[in-house]
Order: sequence, then C-alpha cells, then structure tokens
Amino acid sequence: MTMNVAALENPVARRSIRPGRIIIWTLLFLGGVVMMTPILFMLSTSLKDASQVYDLRLIPEAPSLDNYVAVLSDGRFLRWFLNSLFVAVCVTVSNVFFDSLVGYTLAKFNFRGRYIVFIAILSTLMIPTEMLVIPWYLMASNFGWVDTYWGIMFPGMMTAFGTFLMKQFFETVPDEFLEAGRVDGLNEFTIWWRVAMPLVTPAISALAIFTFLGNWTAFFWPLIVTNSRDLYTLPVGLSSFAVEQAIQWEMIMTGASIATIPTLIVFLLLQRYIVRGVMLAGLKG
Amino acid sequence: MTATALPAKSARAWDRLSLRQKRVLWAWSFLAVPILFYSAIRFWPTLEAFALSFTNWNLLRPAAFVGLENYKRLLADPLFWQVFGNTFLYLIIGTPVSLVISFTVAYYLDRVRFMHGFIRALYFIPFLTTAVAMAWVWRWFYQPVPIGIFNAILTWFGIPQQPFLRSTTQALPAILAPAVWAGLGFQVIIFIAGLRAIPTSYYEAARIDGVSEFTILRRITLPLLKPTIVFLVVFSSIGFLRIFDQVYNMNFNDPGGPLNTTKPLVLMIYQTAFKSLDMGYAAAQTVVLFLILLAVSLIQLRILKDR
Repeated sequence: MTMNVAALENPVARRSIRPGRIIIWTLLFLGGVVMMTPILFMLSTSLKDASQVYDLRLIPEAPSLDNYVAVLSDGRFLRWFLNSLFVAVCVTVSNVFFDSLVGYTLAKFNFRGRYIVFIAILSTLMIPTEMLVIPWYLMASNFGWVDTYWGIMFPGMMTAFGTFLMKQFFETVPDEFLEAGRVDGLNEFTIWWRVAMPLVTPAISALAIFTFLGNWTAFFWPLIVTNSRDLYTLPVGLSSFAVEQAIQWEMIMTGASIATIPTLIVFLLLQRYIVRGVMLAGLKG
Repeated sequence: MTATALPAKSARAWDRLSLRQKRVLWAWSFLAVPILFYSAIRFWPTLEAFALSFTNWNLLRPAAFVGLENYKRLLADPLFWQVFGNTFLYLIIGTPVSLVISFTVAYYLDRVRFMHGFIRALYFIPFLTTAVAMAWVWRWFYQPVPIGIFNAILTWFGIPQQPFLRSTTQALPAILAPAVWAGLGFQVIIFIAGLRAIPTSYYEAARIDGVSEFTILRRITLPLLKPTIVFLVVFSSIGFLRIFDQVYNMNFNDPGGPLNTTKPLVLMIYQTAFKSLDMGYAAAQTVVLFLILLAVSLIQLRILKDR
C-alpha cells in the first residue's frame, strides 16, 4: 500500500529498469563526458611537456607541474589572479549590499515615487553594456580612472538584475517580522540588515554567485579600461599571455587552467548552492 | 555652542515627524546613493551615447555636431552589412541549436535518478568557465594535424582535414561552438527547474487516459513550459547577438577574420572606438546594436506570447 502511494507521487519510480532507461542514461552520460572534454584536455595538456603536446592521449605519460612553475614564476599570473579576485569580491559585496537595500526599499516601503524609481531602474536592463562603454571610457579618462581598480569596478557596482531579483524575494517576507522589529525599537536600517536580510539568504547567495562569476570571467570592459599589465584581470592577462606564447600550447593550456581551476574548486565545494542559485535567478529573474 | 545645538534641534524635528513620514525619509535615504549611481553610470551615459552618435568626435579633435552623418556612413558601409549579417548568423544558428540540445538533455535528465547530480554537473561545469580560457582551448582543438584534436579525429576516419578557423565558411560556426557549449549547462538547469514546476497531476491524468509520451510532450509539457522557453530564447538571443570574447581570442591575429566573415557588431564597435578612435562613428554603431537588441527581444516576446 505504502509502495503504491510512493509510486504515484513519483511517476518515474513506478517503472522498473528497462533497456530504454539504460540507453538513455548511457547517452546522457556520454554527452556529459563530451561536454567535459575541452576542460579535461586543457587540464591534461597543462601537465605535459612540450614534446608530448602532439600526443593526444588524455592521461599524460609523465605528468608534471613544471608548466605551472614556469607560468607562475614571474608573478604575472599571480598578480592578475589577485586583481580579478579583488575586483570580483568588491563588486559582489557592493551588489549584495546595494541591490538588496534597493530591492527591500522598493518591496517594503510605501511612498510616492516608488513605482517610478522601480521602472527607471528596470529600464536600464534594456541598455546593453556595449552602448555605455564609450561614455564610461570618456568618464574614466576624465577622472583619471583608466588603469585603476575603481575604473574596472565602477560600472558594475549595482545592477538592475540584482535589484529586481532581491525585490522579488523581499516581497515574500511577511510584514509581521518587520513590525516586530519596529515594536522592539529597531531603526529601519537595522530591521533590514538584522531581520529581513537573514530571511532571504538563498537569494543573496544566488546574487553573489552570479555577480562574482560575471566579474571573474568579464573580458570586454577590463580589456578597454586597463592599459598596463599590472592592472589586467585574469581573462585580459590570459589573452595577452596566450598571444605572446604563439604556438606553445602546453603553456597556453596551463594559463587557461589557472583561470579555470578556482571556479571548478568553488563549484565542487558549493555545488548545491550554485545550482539552486541558478534555478532561483532564472525563475524569478 | 552651535555645534551641539544643531543635532539637538534636528533630533527634535525628527521626533515631530509622524511614523509614516519617518519611513518615507528612511526610504529615500536608502535610495539616495543608488539614485545617484544609476543617474551617473546608467542614464547619463545612455544619453551621452545617443548624443555622441551625432558628432564626429575622435579623441583628437573636439566633437562637432554632424547630424545623421554617422548613420548615413554606416548604412553605406559594406562592412557594416557584412557584420550585421554575421551577428544575425550567430543568433539564428546559436539560439535554436543550443535550445534544442539543452531541452533534450533536460527532458531526459529530469527522469534520471541514478547519479543525477553527477551527470548534471558534467553539463553544468562548462557554464562556469572563463570564455577567454575556453576560446583558446577550442582554438587549439581546431588546429591542423598533428596539433588539433578535431582534425586528428577526422583523419582517423579517413575524412580530409578541415581548415575550420581559416575558412570563410567554417570559421563562424567554429567560433559559435564554444559559446553554445558554455551556455548549455545554464539552459539545462533552467529547463529542469521549469519541468519540475509542472504539476505531476497533469501527467498522471494524461497517462490514465492512455495518451502517448510524445503527445504528452507536445500537448502538456511544451505549452506549460512556455514561460521558461520565452525566457531562455530572449536571454540566449541577447547573448549571441553580443558575442565578443570568443571572436576576439580565437582569431587573435585578425579578430573577426578571415575576411571579416566572423566579425560581430560588438567587435566592430570595439575596433572603431578603441583601435581607430572614431568615437562618434562607434557611438552610432552602439545605438544600432541597442535598436537590434530591443527589436529582437520585442519581436520574440510578441511571437512567443501569442502562441
């Protein structure tokens, strides 16, 4: 009896394992392996020496970290790595703070002009970044922001997408919680920070993941606003490094691996949150 | 004296406000910095981009108003029309191909229980990679024998080598492939979330009526999945129309080549603005990009909503 109920709730489980299911599973698995091939070959080649590059076997004959030592030895990659990390962390913190604050204000405060502010912020979603880079560049050169961290960061400090996402989530927070805070004599800022924010942590993690990933992989604007090698972010640095290496594929793959491995590690550690975050952002956004 | 009197006075003024007025003041104080930010970093630059597109500014001479000159020049420029065509090719090939693949994967993956998370991860991980890094991996794959993997596979099967990135016809799909590849994981996850949101009672009712799996897919799953499909079509179309990182890196010695056959609008904008320093002309190109994105999104929303 209980088995039947369980089977009804889960229509898939009702069916026993049939050959069709095994074939589908195998095809999906093989497709997944194909998806991973570029990453696996990149990692494998980064462990090969120059003489083995033409040997297209996935498992290197004599794996060694020599390429990593060579690429990391002059400190350029470390610098680019830290630049990217610094920029991505600052922009993420700023977005989590401001997008939440604005989203909360638009969701939970009643005041004249609220709707106009919301529509105005939302309308910026229609403007592609590419349209703004020329004015931003002009602004950056007028204020001396070219080749500075602030120059790389300022366009992304707040986003309409994040604000919209947070507003959607704050709307699900019951007003009673906030009223309770007011009765306790908390000021509005403290209510937001101490009461409302902890109630939307899944949304915050989704926003943080998206903002960090977007800035970690960003190429177009950092390419425009940085001139000196010392200010390059990892993607810009990697691009210039790869051009310089010409046909030393094992070196290029090592550089590409250095840009990729951190996100792989973060994914393995936070897989559940990341997948859930993408689902949340995709459905609400 | 005055220094201490002032806060006391303003504190008294604050106390005299009603609860409602206080909350309104809080709201605007929360919004103050963001309003400043959006005005200075979003709205003002938008207006500036429009304004610049009517000037001949090129960083060397002061900007002078030239009316619609830049737009006339653009429409008369054969390169622009080639770039325009390329940009649409990225969209027209990229969006359907990636959505069909990701839907198929999501449709079957949703029913798989055995190692579900692991298989999902295999498809999702490419989404987390840096486009620049992967552009170089794919560039390596496309190299001739004995370096490139694709040509090695072709020669194993006795098929002649292909030029890929060096060909005027194959380069564009070759550059598009890593963009499609990297986006699949995101689309699969969104599709699975969409499929899960469909109440199972619909399926149960259909199965009790003995409806075939294919009819269920066509009559129940796809119509109920429409919001997800609309979102992904618009989202991925915008992505393909703005393709840049892959193009810039995969043919780095001649970005947009060979013979401009892979050059998308964003790369043309980049080169006009930051290589030729022809800012006014580039601004006109960005306005055109804006109009294209707007038109494509509106048309898609319209068509998909009606059906």
